[in-house]
Amino acid sequence: MSDDVTLTIDDIQVTVPAGTTLLKAAEQAGIDNIPTICYHDYCTSNGLCRMCVVEVEGSRTLVPSCVGKVSAGMKVHTRTPRVERSRRTILEMLNSAVDLSDAPEIQEFMTEYAADRERLPGARPREHPVLDDNPMYVRDYSKCILCWRCVQVCAEDAQYTYAINFSGRGFQTQIDTFFQKPMLETTCVFCGQCVAVCPTGALKPKRQWLLEQGASIDEVMDMTRSERRRKKPRIEAGE
Amino acid sequence: MPELDLTPLRSILAEYAPKGRPGLIPALHAAQAIYGYLPQPVAAEVGRTLGVPLAEVYGVIDFYAMFYREPVVKTVVHVCDDPACAIAGAESVYNMLTYEYSQEASGAPSAITVERAPCLGLCEHAPALMVKGIQRGKVNHNGNGHLIEEIGEKPYGIIAGDISYLTANCGKRRATSLEEYVASGGYQSLKKALGMAPAAIIAEVKASGLVGRGGAAFPTGLKWEGAANAPGEPKYVVCNADEAEPGTFKDRVLMEEDPQRILEGLIIAAYAVGAHQGVIFIRGEYTNAFQIMGKAVAQARQAGFIGKNILGSGYDFDVELFRSAGAYICGEETALFEAVEGKRGFPRMKPPFPTTNGLFNKPTAINNVETLCNVPLILSLGAAEYRKIGTEKSPGPKLFCLSGDVERPGLYEVPFGIPIRHLIYDLGGGIRTGRKLQAILFGGAAGAFATEKDLDVRMSFEDLRAAGLPLGSGVVTVFDETRDLRAVLLRLARFFAEESCGKCYPCQLGTQRQYEITQRVASSEMLAGDNARLSDIAWTMTDASLCGLGQTAASAVMSAMKIWPEMFVESHP
Repeated sequence: MSDDVTLTIDDIQVTVPAGTTLLKAAEQAGIDNIPTICYHDYCTSNGLCRMCVVEVEGSRTLVPSCVGKVSAGMKVHTRTPRVERSRRTILEMLNSAVDLSDAPEIQEFMTEYAADRERLPGARPREHPVLDDNPMYVRDYSKCILCWRCVQVCAEDAQYTYAINFSGRGFQTQIDTFFQKPMLETTCVFCGQCVAVCPTGALKPKRQWLLEQGASIDEVMDMTRSERRRKKPRIEAGE
Repeated sequence: MPELDLTPLRSILAEYAPKGRPGLIPALHAAQAIYGYLPQPVAAEVGRTLGVPLAEVYGVIDFYAMFYREPVVKTVVHVCDDPACAIAGAESVYNMLTYEYSQEASGAPSAITVERAPCLGLCEHAPALMVKGIQRGKVNHNGNGHLIEEIGEKPYGIIAGDISYLTANCGKRRATSLEEYVASGGYQSLKKALGMAPAAIIAEVKASGLVGRGGAAFPTGLKWEGAANAPGEPKYVVCNADEAEPGTFKDRVLMEEDPQRILEGLIIAAYAVGAHQGVIFIRGEYTNAFQIMGKAVAQARQAGFIGKNILGSGYDFDVELFRSAGAYICGEETALFEAVEGKRGFPRMKPPFPTTNGLFNKPTAINNVETLCNVPLILSLGAAEYRKIGTEKSPGPKLFCLSGDVERPGLYEVPFGIPIRHLIYDLGGGIRTGRKLQAILFGGAAGAFATEKDLDVRMSFEDLRAAGLPLGSGVVTVFDETRDLRAVLLRLARFFAEESCGKCYPCQLGTQRQYEITQRVASSEMLAGDNARLSDIAWTMTDASLCGLGQTAASAVMSAMKIWPEMFVESHP
């Protein structure tokens, strides 16, 4: 079929429909160990983390396989020294900036790529206080890797709520609300989709977070249902 | 806090409302002009009126350095922070101003806010600053007691060189008027172009060998052909006047002194690609150029060079000016489109390229100011004559921005192919105060260093490439033997850390880590392993970053590591 494209990935010849990403083409060739961090099957790919970069012959820079498309005759190498250096360095830099303790997938990559957890002495981390401003979830941006998934599902990828966006830029970028307002004062509808797609525990259900903090069941009940409790007396008064 | 009166805001917002989201940055500029900053109720009103989600309004305000969400005193002074200004004493100017004007004794405590700014494009007048948007140069040559607005000198273009095709009308210490431009043969090329088939114009530009002068050196004719042939309407032409590469000031001079030439080039480009709408995207700090270009567009419209049925040809074209708001990244073409669309200046992934998916996702030809200035010249001389200027592989005239420790810094127009030595010594008068040359930073912050041994390299794309030097936007910053280049590196590293947009990980994290290690380089406190760290970070940014900013953010550092390994001694265990 004329819409199919044949290329070589790690010396394996593979034929896929035109428009296929290199990541999916590699999977079809049986190569399923290209690491990804920001990529999510149901979110728009933005090529942010660059963990999935591969070497394409003739290309000056490495190509992010989650968004890079196949073309006929392409020769792709998914694990060259250049690729490994980039992946390892990205992991080391990420680890020096962010608390990855709740990100087991990234921890596994660190082991696989022999990333040195102490590689960058004196590196300034991105530290933020935990934001506990609503009964549904907490935001701990010290764990945020800026994968953008939460912003995307809050906007056109799912919910069209637009409660969150960014503040700052560069290293100091942070997910933020309008003038840093607490969640209850934003357009957030507490659908929970942002929490569901967060890969690092930066967004956590409040209940889980309280339990991790060692709160008793009563305290958990109290704090996660505070809104409902507050409303209850009014209903009773009206009866 | 007293209740804010939103009445004046509402009346100006009526003008921007029909634009919707693309009206966001212009509306924020206008709102800030009223209130001095962008308080929450103002930002909310702008968002509601233009239909932009409030979180995204906030995201935009916080992305652009020139928007303030906290009150600032009325007089903001931006002191230039680029290497040329630094070696001319910008740091002492900064300290002096901060000290002087923070004193009760000055009679006006905190009457001004002093901020460091990325390169203001006034390198030939170093050290430079901006007071409330007004440019001032040589600001260290003034005694105290003057009004802050009158510090130093008003900077005018300093123009010289071997030829003057592009700068023929520059050097008047004012903008060339439409009448003067026309009298000197201006708009004859447009007349000629409108009598040609668009494809013939593209063929002529292709034959001329013109490549982009903004830094990427992409063939202009091919770009136009791509946009002309791409399906989708409407098509756009964009003039990229977001000049912000440290050390670059050529586009500023061209805009301030010969604005009609740029317009003529843009109109011809538009006609060639079949666009009826254009945008001139001007750096936020270039308020003077913005005003001059605005006047020039109005005059050109009145004279019938812009508008309906241009010169009776039946061809319509109009152009809008867009003032950016302080973000180096917006010089990257796709980040520029995002800004015009009212978003944070995040570069997009390429492919797809602007020729098919540009502004508003439509086919777009985007060209640098200097590139467009070559277009009338190509049509008037003809491609064959044009190619007699410069070398075979790098045809045409080229503007070089010479600054730093030279006797005569300025904008030099020369044919491609002259040796570096000719520019610095014959034209620029050599190293200032008879000192020895130590280094030349080629191509700006995203460039690389050259030394004495490179002086006979000819400045053409092919010769520079062979010597491992980038032409970039034509920056040549000279450092004499007394300069501490490690301090220069630190400055460049800080620049990239501040200007990284934060989208992709290698640049978002790498520019910060490079800055931190460079701090240790500059203070002779490098740790064991720092060379390897710096090298891994540099290569990762170069290989894996999403856009040109990250891909070149380590270029100067890597070239310094190669030339002067002795600067990178790991003295701490």
